[in-house]
Amino acid sequence: MNIRTIHWFKFSAPQNFYFLAGRMWPWFATLAAVLTALGLWISFFVAPTDAQQGEGYRIIFVHVPASQMSMFIYLVMAAWAGFGLAFNTRLSGMMASALAPTGALFAFLSLVTGALWGKPMWGAWWVWDARLTSELILLFLYLGFLALQSSIDDPRRADKACAVLALVGVVNVPIIYFSVKWWNTLHQGASVSLTKSPTMAIPMLWGMLIMVVAFWMYAIAIALVRVRNIILDRERHTEWVKHAVE
Amino acid sequence: MKKLQLRKLGLASVLLAALRRELSLALRQKGEVLTPLVFFVVIASLFPLGVGPESALLLRMAPGVLWVSALLAAMLSLQRLFAMDYVDGSLEQMVLSATPLGLLVVAKALSHFLLSGLPLVLMAPVLGLQFGLEGRALGILMLSLLLGTPTLSLIGSIGAALTLGVRGAGVLLSLLILPLYIPVLIFGAGAVEADAAGLGIGGHLSLLAALLVLSAFFAPLATTTALRISLE
Repeated sequence: MNIRTIHWFKFSAPQNFYFLAGRMWPWFATLAAVLTALGLWISFFVAPTDAQQGEGYRIIFVHVPASQMSMFIYLVMAAWAGFGLAFNTRLSGMMASALAPTGALFAFLSLVTGALWGKPMWGAWWVWDARLTSELILLFLYLGFLALQSSIDDPRRADKACAVLALVGVVNVPIIYFSVKWWNTLHQGASVSLTKSPTMAIPMLWGMLIMVVAFWMYAIAIALVRVRNIILDRERHTEWVKHAVE
Repeated sequence: MKKLQLRKLGLASVLLAALRRELSLALRQKGEVLTPLVFFVVIASLFPLGVGPESALLLRMAPGVLWVSALLAAMLSLQRLFAMDYVDGSLEQMVLSATPLGLLVVAKALSHFLLSGLPLVLMAPVLGLQFGLEGRALGILMLSLLLGTPTLSLIGSIGAALTLGVRGAGVLLSLLILPLYIPVLIFGAGAVEADAAGLGIGGHLSLLAALLVLSAFFAPLATTTALRISLE
């Protein structure tokens, strides 16, 4: 098919996107599985033992991609929310609500892996470092989004209200980050500098990059599967859904 | 006819009229105005009972404790910001009327500040004395609360509009709004602590003022959008 003949807005209709997503998600899921296997193999067997941190550092291969994804998904979610408010498209709100649980999961995973890493390295499960604190607040923002979504019965109204919340949140994220950072420097508590990262060995870097891509693929695949379910749920009274699920 | 009258009135007099309405409605139920203030006093008094009466520890904790209590007290009264008008249908009329909705939202946020923020500002020194704060620190505490509590009302109005007529609105409101209050808390309590540490307070107060200006611009925008969504 000639690229110029594709009518892109066709896929902003939930019905068309349902079938498109159905054809796309197995590819992303397969890539996620293959890359995760490869990335884990590199991180456990190929990457050398760290000179300072021993074997304990290997959790970085899950921790760093999870934190990155948790922040990036919030941006993507807010962008979908903005589209939804600006163009009044139904699919945008569905995409935002399909992404939110994955983002919250990554934020939680990043906090848990951070705690597991922190205990042997700093001797504490938790320090009030700027990065840890803002990740925690990001998790709160995700939970607020999910709570608002689930407490409004009308899905269209829930989408729009959550869109406003996501946009307010995205304006606040940098403000929160810098305020927490300055708060941290003022207090000078049991501060551990996370910003000085030693130069990495090449296999470590590769392992991390592959894991980042694997997490991306996983997030895309799971969001597509979830948005398919949301579409089916909301369009369950229509004729095409009856044919689609047969 | 009404539009003509409005133009003659001007935006400032509309704002004043809306503000007068909010205040007179609130003052008819004095209990509701006093509850957040009493809540503020009770919460702040619970901390010494929880952590012990050592004066050095209390002095160290005072700014943070008073600011957190103020945050919670301001949030307690937020639910009523739009709820009564929503129930009796006057909110719908406000949305439909020729008056810009943003102006009415500003009037509501301003009345929330006057009824729940300002009393906290005036009450804070009394509680500060209980924690052993001295004259200069008390002044800075009041100043930081005076700059910070209007921001709390403005940001809070977004949450109140979003949770209008929603199941479990009270708890939901706190979940939505408290993370957004964190910068105000940090700079508000930070101002008092910075002064105690011998650092300048100009930076903290400037940032509080910046947050106030930023929220005064953006919050009415978000609140009106949220109100229109809630009333759809």
